[in-house]
Amino acid sequence: MKSNNELVTKGPLSTSLVSRRQWLGGMLALGATALLPAQLFAGLAAFNATDTEVVLNELFKGLPIEESDAVNLRTPDIAENGAVVPVTVSTDITGVESITLVVDENPNPLSASFTLTPDAVPNISFRVKMGKSSTVRALVKTSDKVYMATREVKVTIGGCGG
Amino acid sequence: MAAKVKIRGKLSGTIAKVKLLIPHPMETGTRRDADGTVIPAKYIETVTLYKNGQLVMTANWGQSVSKDPYLSFQVNNSAPGDVIKVDWVDNMKETGSGEITLK
Repeated sequence: MKSNNELVTKGPLSTSLVSRRQWLGGMLALGATALLPAQLFAGLAAFNATDTEVVLNELFKGLPIEESDAVNLRTPDIAENGAVVPVTVSTDITGVESITLVVDENPNPLSASFTLTPDAVPNISFRVKMGKSSTVRALVKTSDKVYMATREVKVTIGGCGG
Repeated sequence: MAAKVKIRGKLSGTIAKVKLLIPHPMETGTRRDADGTVIPAKYIETVTLYKNGQLVMTANWGQSVSKDPYLSFQVNNSAPGDVIKVDWVDNMKETGSGEITLK
């Protein structure tokens, strides 16, 4: 019951715009210093982005993004507990370089990005937190294109599985 | 000390199906405790998966991956005796790892 409340963004995000900006600036600065050594992931700044469009630009640098049935995104239609929403992304597309999950309505939409070698099967399951109902996107990147699947996931507010 | 990664692996033909569970708070940095103090962010940023020491997959995570992360993935060209290893690093540079030998 508590876990739903945990997700409601308290403090910085719900106060005035100014403090939100200051907070974001702080977060970015923090991120920048913490990540300097040994961080190879090119799209790391994307984790701090607050807007899906920025995330996609940051990660895919203008590669064409195409909705595709070949990307299989499985989530519940209704998540009773926003703290634990199971997600599975799989695809038959060959030459997959990365699989990315974006939750549009989260404070930072980029949730996870997996970089695959040819030894990895493009079939991944994990669990994410969702602050509220949102569009969830799975993006499968190959060398020349990004394939996307989207789903709407409703998060029940008020806990207790209402 | 970080608690141990729980890891299970099963071979299905030449594909290894691996599941793992990492005990970790995955704090977002936006929650507050009872006194209203912000709980500092602590979340896993990078999870690296290896087969016999060779990279299979790198996972980059944000704060929005659930507490005590669960991850299942599959590894091509696997055989009995192969060792699947996982390493993780969080934003506070705490690390953990686990491994399993496929049967």
